[in-house]
Amino acid sequence: MESTDFEPKIVAFLCNWCTYTGADLAGTSRIQYPPNVRIIRLMCSGSVDPTYVLKALLDGADGVFIGGCHPGDCHYQSGNYKARRRVVALKEILKQAGLDEDRVWLRWISASEGQRFADTVKEMVEALKAKGPNPLRQEWAV
Amino acid sequence: MRITEHATRNTYHTMEYVTMESKPRIGVYICHCGTNIAATVDVAAVVEFAKTLPGVVVARHYTYMCSEPGQALIKEDSKALGLNRVVVASCSPRMHEPTFRGAAERGGVNRYRLEMANIREQCSWVHRDRASATLKAKALVASAVAKAARLEPLEERQVGVTPGVVVIGGGIAGMIAALDVADAGFPAYLVEKSDRLGGRVADLYRTFPDLEPAGEWLEPLIERVQSHPNVTVLLNSLVTEVSGYVGNFEVKVSSSPNDHLEPGTLKPETRNPETIQAGAIIIATGYNPFDPHGKPEFGYGRYPQVVTTVEMERRLAAGDLAVEGKAPRDIAFIKCVGSRDVQLGHPYCSRVCCQVCAKQAQLLRKALPDARVTVFYMDVRTFGKRGEESFDEARRAGVRYQRGNVSEVYRRGERVVLRVEDTLLGRTLEHEADLVVLAVGMEPREDTGDIAALLKVPRSADGFFLEAHPKLGPVDTAMDGVFLAGCCQGPKDIPDTVAQAKAAASSALIPLIRGTVPVGSETAIVDPELCAGCGMCVQVCPFGAPSLDLLWGVSRVNAVLCKGCGACAVTCPSKAIRLQHFTPDQVLAQVEALVE
Repeated sequence: MESTDFEPKIVAFLCNWCTYTGADLAGTSRIQYPPNVRIIRLMCSGSVDPTYVLKALLDGADGVFIGGCHPGDCHYQSGNYKARRRVVALKEILKQAGLDEDRVWLRWISASEGQRFADTVKEMVEALKAKGPNPLRQEWAV
Repeated sequence: MRITEHATRNTYHTMEYVTMESKPRIGVYICHCGTNIAATVDVAAVVEFAKTLPGVVVARHYTYMCSEPGQALIKEDSKALGLNRVVVASCSPRMHEPTFRGAAERGGVNRYRLEMANIREQCSWVHRDRASATLKAKALVASAVAKAARLEPLEERQVGVTPGVVVIGGGIAGMIAALDVADAGFPAYLVEKSDRLGGRVADLYRTFPDLEPAGEWLEPLIERVQSHPNVTVLLNSLVTEVSGYVGNFEVKVSSSPNDHLEPGTLKPETRNPETIQAGAIIIATGYNPFDPHGKPEFGYGRYPQVVTTVEMERRLAAGDLAVEGKAPRDIAFIKCVGSRDVQLGHPYCSRVCCQVCAKQAQLLRKALPDARVTVFYMDVRTFGKRGEESFDEARRAGVRYQRGNVSEVYRRGERVVLRVEDTLLGRTLEHEADLVVLAVGMEPREDTGDIAALLKVPRSADGFFLEAHPKLGPVDTAMDGVFLAGCCQGPKDIPDTVAQAKAAASSALIPLIRGTVPVGSETAIVDPELCAGCGMCVQVCPFGAPSLDLLWGVSRVNAVLCKGCGACAVTCPSKAIRLQHFTPDQVLAQVEALVE
């Protein structure tokens, strides 16, 4: 049903210390991944306000990727745990609102995991391609 | 001159504050980074696009924005066009944000009104298709411009530095680094896992290229380290936990009981601070020699005739060269064992083995004048000072160098046979020997991953620690205040290790000597008009930065304690707290620009 040339748009909120640096490492290691992901740098995954995620989805982003430090590795001790709890609650809200909660991904990727970052982006792009475009895109277009 | 410049800067600041709420005047600068960006991203198209964005007054592209003329461009434009915000699209802000903040400041723009678009690490280096990379670069620039338009001017903050450096690893690199720190008058804590100082160098009999006994200079060095009043040596000790940031690290060290301390080894320091406060950390954990069990075709561990260069060093020291009770007549060296081997995941050259072979071959010729010594090599890379000369000396001493790849070592009677592909003549030959020496390369230590996780320092593809910049930051890491010295960063010889250790010590001393480090002004602030005094921010903050002002019934943030994570801002139900430089209006504007 979906055309095969659908290119999902992913907004990524990455913590400065782990996943953002991991994405930089993917760059310095020249690991190629699909260009669908657009990164916003935040200091901590614990500072990702659910409204940021909702805004991205309502504006028509096909996926939202939140990247933080591995459990126990947070630069601010517990920010990633806060992110995890918020994302669980947010997904419940998305479900209630009839939105697809699987468009929001939370992953732990450290500063030394450039390959893992690239792999995660690839995986997410594939998953979103299978899902097709965010239906809100079209609804807003009316 | 200084005063004038300073005065000018202040005037600009004042002007900016007066007109603070005036419209954004943004300058956008797209960097080519040579061809690093320009080869994949159409920079001219990005500039044309940037010119259409709201608030943008000027947009330019330039070969190297971080160069002197590149920075001058920002400064001149800011002054001439009255810019109040600057966007640089180039490398990661983790690399050059301080550089461009400085350039913006020199142009009279508040340093916190700079925003960077990371179009190198997160675009041109990871995508090949020019059209989609250019599209992505445009989106990233739009996002940065949207944020820049909403950036507020902030003041720089400074915090004090704990004098002292923790050096992890008591080998040659760690000892030299600790001594330099100590000689500068600061406490150095040398944390060594084993029960002695000296590291791998202590296992060396003689060193290349001059074949002098290593102990001649190593023993006095160890003695100096042990007796230096500013050096605390912690043997049998492991770093178990690291917290804090540049200037103020807290390093937990656990020491195992010294029950296995052999007589004659150095007495460990009894003073053992459980938690060490330090301003900087130097990693000098060294390497492991390659274990040739990973190359089973060479018969290591199967034939007594096959030894490594590490074992040969000990045998030369002990004068014990006999194999199965007989002095060897034919000795063969095999080079690049565990190096330049893509199949093993060791594509790199270990840099010292060629010299080690030249050294040991010469020593063997001296010890056993009747023995034939042959070195089988892919290439001879005896670079560096006196390197080529030592290769010549080895050949003059009668060592035969034969180009060829050894594919297999197998037993024939009391001897072993090397099957060699002569890479010059393209034929296979057999070479009988009584003793085979495998020139084993270097590989990352097995605990490199643990230390990387502890200090949040990335590793390169080969497993060694990754330096911040291959050319400009060879001893720095992605973590401010954490430095690298010696073979933990990659294979190197003793002079290079010492040079790097001294460089790491100097870099670590910078914040210590200055006494303060700039810390981000990106802290949380409370709008008392909105605050209901519920205290949720107080509960959520791990650093105790917000507290309730009982008189006014509102929360206040102690900016010195605030580390700027932003958790409180998300938690606040009335959105009375915001994290400066990452405010919701800034982030939401970025989201909007990215999704457009």
